[in-house]
Amino acid sequence: MDFFVILGPVVLLFIVLGFVTYAIFFERKVIGWIQNRVGPNQVGPWGLLQTVADVLKLLIKEDVIPQKADVSLFKLAPIIAYTPAFAVLAVIPFTESLKFADIAVGLLYYMAVSSITTIGILLGGWASNNKYALLGGMRSAAQMISYEIPLVLSVVGVAMSAGSLNLTEIVKAQQTGVWFVLPQFLGFIVFLIAAIAELSRTPFDLPEAESELVAGYHTEYSGFRFAFFMLAEYTYIFAMASLITLLFFGGWSAPFGLTFIPPLIWFIFKFLFFVFFLFWLRATMPRIRVDQLMEFAWKVLLPLAILNIFLTALFKEIPVLSQFY
Amino acid sequence: MLRTEEMLLNVGPQHPSTHGVLRLVVKIDGEIIQDAEPVIGYLHRGTEKLAEDLNYTQIIPYTDRMDYLSAMTNNYAICHATETLMELEIPERAEFLRVIVMELNRVASHLVWLGTYLLDIGAMSPFLYCFRDREQILNLFNELCGARLTYNYMRVGGVKWDAPPGWLDKVKEFVKYMRNQMPEYHGLISGNEIFIQRTRGIGIVTQEMAISYGLSGANLRCTGVKWDLRKNQPYSIYDRFDFDVPVGKTGDLYDKYHCRMQEIIESLKIVEQAVEGFPEGGSTMAKVPRVLRVPEGEVYVGIESPRGELGCHIVSKGKDKPWRLKFRRPSFYNLQILPALLKGQNIANLVAILGGIDIVLGEVDC
Amino acid sequence: MSGQEKEFEKKSTEGKELEQEEKKQTESRSERFPNVPSSSEQSTAEEHKPETRLSIANQESSSNSTDQQQTSINPKKETTPPSGELKQENKEVLPKGPQAAITGKGKPSATPRPRPAAKPVKEEKPLPPSPEQPTLDRYVQLIREQVHEEAVEQGFVNRVNNHLPTLIIQSKWWLAVAELFKKHPDLAFDYVQNYSGVDYETHMEVVIHLYSFTHEKRVCFRIKTDREEARVPSVVHLWHAANWNEREIYDLLGIHFENHPDLKRILLPDHWVGHPLRKDYVPLDKEV
Repeated sequence: MDFFVILGPVVLLFIVLGFVTYAIFFERKVIGWIQNRVGPNQVGPWGLLQTVADVLKLLIKEDVIPQKADVSLFKLAPIIAYTPAFAVLAVIPFTESLKFADIAVGLLYYMAVSSITTIGILLGGWASNNKYALLGGMRSAAQMISYEIPLVLSVVGVAMSAGSLNLTEIVKAQQTGVWFVLPQFLGFIVFLIAAIAELSRTPFDLPEAESELVAGYHTEYSGFRFAFFMLAEYTYIFAMASLITLLFFGGWSAPFGLTFIPPLIWFIFKFLFFVFFLFWLRATMPRIRVDQLMEFAWKVLLPLAILNIFLTALFKEIPVLSQFY
Repeated sequence: MLRTEEMLLNVGPQHPSTHGVLRLVVKIDGEIIQDAEPVIGYLHRGTEKLAEDLNYTQIIPYTDRMDYLSAMTNNYAICHATETLMELEIPERAEFLRVIVMELNRVASHLVWLGTYLLDIGAMSPFLYCFRDREQILNLFNELCGARLTYNYMRVGGVKWDAPPGWLDKVKEFVKYMRNQMPEYHGLISGNEIFIQRTRGIGIVTQEMAISYGLSGANLRCTGVKWDLRKNQPYSIYDRFDFDVPVGKTGDLYDKYHCRMQEIIESLKIVEQAVEGFPEGGSTMAKVPRVLRVPEGEVYVGIESPRGELGCHIVSKGKDKPWRLKFRRPSFYNLQILPALLKGQNIANLVAILGGIDIVLGEVDC
Repeated sequence: MSGQEKEFEKKSTEGKELEQEEKKQTESRSERFPNVPSSSEQSTAEEHKPETRLSIANQESSSNSTDQQQTSINPKKETTPPSGELKQENKEVLPKGPQAAITGKGKPSATPRPRPAAKPVKEEKPLPPSPEQPTLDRYVQLIREQVHEEAVEQGFVNRVNNHLPTLIIQSKWWLAVAELFKKHPDLAFDYVQNYSGVDYETHMEVVIHLYSFTHEKRVCFRIKTDREEARVPSVVHLWHAANWNEREIYDLLGIHFENHPDLKRILLPDHWVGHPLRKDYVPLDKEV
């Protein structure tokens, strides 16, 4: 047991690094195919080593710190951004047995810890002493804080239905009935949109809107520090895709009684679908404007999330429907 | 009450969406723009000064570098002005070739605009689709004159190269292909809610403003002014073709987008008609002397480039070189309105409005 | 204008026979373009007087002709070379020039347009009046009435350029003329098609091509100003489009626009020395 506690996270770290490497590769390939291109195909067989080469290049790059930057904060920001991204993975159960920390308030822990990243991004934007980075950092802070509210409220319905904040319990609650994606459809839609906004992916990629803010909060970052921001971003994709699988798609449970496929494979399959969905969206959508973004969070998503809570509470009391909730 | 401060933001000259080396000094309060001042001249090469030491044929390649997205219309502007002053009669075949390449170039230019505009707004894929289709036009030009961007194709008195065998069929094929592509673009972009939200009611230009600022092209037409030099002051053989001038109503970015999309269709119409009526045989070059001595006089002709009225003002003193050559560059005129449009907008709209004007810095700075 | 210019050119090209010869040669050819005001006008003024000199002729006929008009006409008479001499020049120079084809003296290879201006010089029939002549006369009339009798220095129809009415204005009258052409309901020129400046070595000119959307008319103004003290009133308050154009002209030609809201260099850096499009411009750094 001790062995697992010490080595497990290290193994997970490498799995996450591997995921990030190939998520980036896969993203480039998928978007390439969507856009009538071939994508990376030069480094290694089928271009498989492209991201490895990219990371290597980032590692050996000169470490540039702008002269007028706030040096200590500038150095600290990527760490603050990345650490919570990895920390949230602790509560995610991949299968019934493969999990690290099975705490009772797993969902709450995820929401609470993941918002720390915002501080890292804001610090990075501010410490760079660059106007674009500052604007990107401000946008990021505003966006993440705004979208956290509908994000949290939209999962309240799930928690009410499952009667628990423990992610394993939530999955188990779905194994007896239907997946929460059906009864909690409204909650799912709000969660999906808010999750994309939290991840700062297209169409909510305002903090790093290339055409407006050059590179947003990481304009001045290069080399390994930049890699850390990228790593944090893709680790969150890993975490968010896992979370959405757990909350709405029954986690590792097999649909239609297809139990001969191992649970972990089911988990990975559902998880990858969501990752693909993000890439697909990125290739299709234009970017929303900052004021529209705020309006959307407060005027559309928040009321919908509250409505979802209300409906869930209501349906729980209706005899026929209550079996789904 | 927190103390807030205005901030000067330097957008450009190296910035992903200034389409070249435009620099904007923007005074912002948070993200709201209080004041914006375009700073231009980073790409000034003194074309007008250089032209005073070059003979008329030598100027043509310099015009390629002005509006590098539609070098054909630039070529035509200088040739047309010179021909007007010399009162040359251009062979039929040359006129048809000129119209075909100019209209194809207009389609290519609008495709680049469409792609980069959506890139500005944040959509990545349309850019590559547009470039895929534009590539076909560039291949056609490559076959015709051996260049993909700076064609140096036209000459005073005609065109340099005749169409190679089978070229017109390829053009016809392309017209058909491009027609089929248009619904796909509309399907991807026109109905997209985010795109509509980003463009509807943004950057509204009134008719009075547009006229007073001397806007032209789609920037003027989107306000509802039906002003297309191909119709209003016909040149070349445009009066022989049947095409419409699409106009907008409100003068916002969405109308601009639709005007340009319609213009692609209309240009394809013209190309199709020109290919149909293409004269058999005949020369592509009027008989002009080796050294062009343009009679003394002054002339200003404007033609409809993809960006608007591209004018050429020549003052000749009867030499083989122009005494004074001045280009009326549509981008230069259109860019002027930017500060007026930007007041009170946010940074995201800055990019959208700037993209909507459709400037080419090679032309602004000349 | 042309008389002074002629004198100036003679002085400036003294000793450069080749260049002078070329000038004469071009002069003779430009007879075909009598409507274009230039140094060659003296040779053609007599032929096409009713056409080109109409506004001046009107001035003369009117009772109060002034000194300025006199000066604009007098030097012409003085400097007009004997026509025989000019013809001789023609014979000597023209055949060897490759431009024979253009002038229509040889066999015109390009089919000449049915335009009267394209006729060979030998025909001395006066050109039929331009369709735009009445328009031009009305403009001249209006300016005389509303601005000043002397405001129009010269008015003619630029036949080559699609019969464009062209008016030459002294810079001191330009502001009033511009206001008239913008605001008068019968004129309402609301669109700037082109705005440029020309250095003629004797003087500077600002050329502005206007268009009226209401009446669908075009007009060209050439505002003359002194070369050393180049000053022209700004018209930014009438047409916004003038703003950057005036800055550009100031930048490249050094013409100062009075009352311009923000007259500074636009294309060249602020510390640039000189105005490159002036004919006497010498680059500060020879290597550039």
